[in-house]
Amino acid sequence: MTAIAGRAWVFGDNIDTDVIAPGAYLKFSPEEMARHCFEAIAPDFATKVEVGDIVVGGRNFGMGSSREQAPQALKILGVGAVVAVSFARIFYRNALNLGLPVLFLPQAEEIAAGDHLSVDPVAGAVVNATQDRTYPCDPIPDHLMAMIADGGLMPHLKKRIEAGLIKQ
Amino acid sequence: MPQTLAQKIIARAAGRKTVESGEIVTCAVDLAMFHDSSGPRRVAPRLEALGAGVWDPSKVVVVTDHFVPAADVESANILKLTRDWVRDNRIGTFYDMEGICHIVLAENGHLTPGLFAAGGDSHSTTAGAFACYMAGYGATEMTGIMVTGEIWVKVPETIRIAWSGEFCTGVCAKDVMLFLCAELGMDNSFRVVEYDGSTVAAMDMSERMVLTNMAAELGAETGIIGADRTTVAAIEATGADVPDDALDWRSDEGAPYCAAHAFEASDLVPMIAAPHAPANTRAVDSFARVSVDQCYIGACTGAKYSDLKMAAAVLKGRRVAATTRVLVAPASTQATRRAAADGTLAVLTEAGAIMMPTGCGACPGMGAGVLGDGETCISSTNRNFQGRMGSASAKIYLASPYSVAAAAVAGHICDPRDFLT
Ligand code: SF4
Repeated sequence: MTAIAGRAWVFGDNIDTDVIAPGAYLKFSPEEMARHCFEAIAPDFATKVEVGDIVVGGRNFGMGSSREQAPQALKILGVGAVVAVSFARIFYRNALNLGLPVLFLPQAEEIAAGDHLSVDPVAGAVVNATQDRTYPCDPIPDHLMAMIADGGLMPHLKKRIEAGLIKQ
Repeated sequence: MPQTLAQKIIARAAGRKTVESGEIVTCAVDLAMFHDSSGPRRVAPRLEALGAGVWDPSKVVVVTDHFVPAADVESANILKLTRDWVRDNRIGTFYDMEGICHIVLAENGHLTPGLFAAGGDSHSTTAGAFACYMAGYGATEMTGIMVTGEIWVKVPETIRIAWSGEFCTGVCAKDVMLFLCAELGMDNSFRVVEYDGSTVAAMDMSERMVLTNMAAELGAETGIIGADRTTVAAIEATGADVPDDALDWRSDEGAPYCAAHAFEASDLVPMIAAPHAPANTRAVDSFARVSVDQCYIGACTGAKYSDLKMAAAVLKGRRVAATTRVLVAPASTQATRRAAADGTLAVLTEAGAIMMPTGCGACPGMGAGVLGDGETCISSTNRNFQGRMGSASAKIYLASPYSVAAAAVAGHICDPRDFLT
């Protein structure tokens, strides 16, 4: 997996999926939806975020709906990873299934908007170059490592089907 | 080794005798449900890319509820795609515009104790009222279930929440859940919330379903309630077969809970959640005189037949204030039929309520009844996140059907107990 590095976009606690992926746009394509990502609380996010940038959250990031368009919108916009104190369960699973790395970092609140970060989801490390700090964190769980290495659940399933591991 | 109900169901689905919290197991899915928004439109292209079919169409239930009835061409096309996919894949059960998925599953006898189920919706936790283990997943993970019939689970710990005693008139399960969102917070991830105690034992299934539905707002893996005679009677009433072991699906004596809380029902007053989170809950008297532009009775949480009855109890013989509007979107066509047959709907419409189609409607901001800039709504739904029901500057207050109806009469938030004697 290539290194993930970019600027930090910092959000608070309990960021919900309705602000990440507003319901009014769910009927449109994921690409169209992505243009409205964080519209209610950070209207310039979708236009200013750059490939590799890292979203930083507080506690319970991604609470609410099962809508996969939330992590999908972040991925479409080029977000490299999400780092948060904690994640809501469905968002956490959805992001990993889509191949978007998500890492629990108890010290996420020390990161400031615009800090230059790099993230290693396999070894479990977040480096804040701006503040000259390195944080170890839990790597992606073992049982999901093969799926992450394959790029997410879809390529992982494809590989398993082709290997005859899933009966069709 | 004594097990919690959640552990027992996970162990059964994983082909094990017992499981321990924290271990990761693979479970066989007994029932997979998704709806028009999360379902075929997102799962079908993924299955196609994999060249894979549905592992067992007889175990799949599809419901249209989010985009019904179609208000524009995009929505109509999503519904058409859903219907075509269900037909082409010979899906076992399809409920087209018959109600909100979680309610339709319960009304039609799909939920029996001990079932391990997966849903393409976060409020799939609702099924726990029937002693099922059902959690919500996103579309890619649901695609994985369609292909393999399996899902990985990190066996969660269980928090036990006991309520004892009787509610005052005008207080109900919705008030319990708003209270718990404030009390326990919304980040109880990777935990199951199990409800019991004499108050829960006395509740009917629709009230129990509010407790498990809003386990999603607590951030829990799911909510669950052990099976008892009320559970069995409700399943019998749907005409479905009740499994012989139905009453065995309860936590064992001495089961390992990670936390236990006990509350007294008679102490609870009507609760209101202020914008923009269910955890911003306080007693109704802290919001007295917040005026409301819209009063919404809707969603899987707050528009079942029993919820319509609660609203009618307040609205009977009264009129909606001239300064507000009341929209009622029943949670299922069955709820509408029952409420029409016994005069409940007439009470609502006589008071001035406007009847809306059955479906998710304004709850997720997809159907009719959304809010304009700066408007204030009091709603019997489960989420008041910013922008959820329309404009990002609208303010949503969450409340019980009693409290929504009381606000409708007064034109502002007020204590529903003043209207119920
Ligand atoms: S009514 Fe609202 S909460 Fe319930 S399933 Fe529909 S959108 Fe979700």
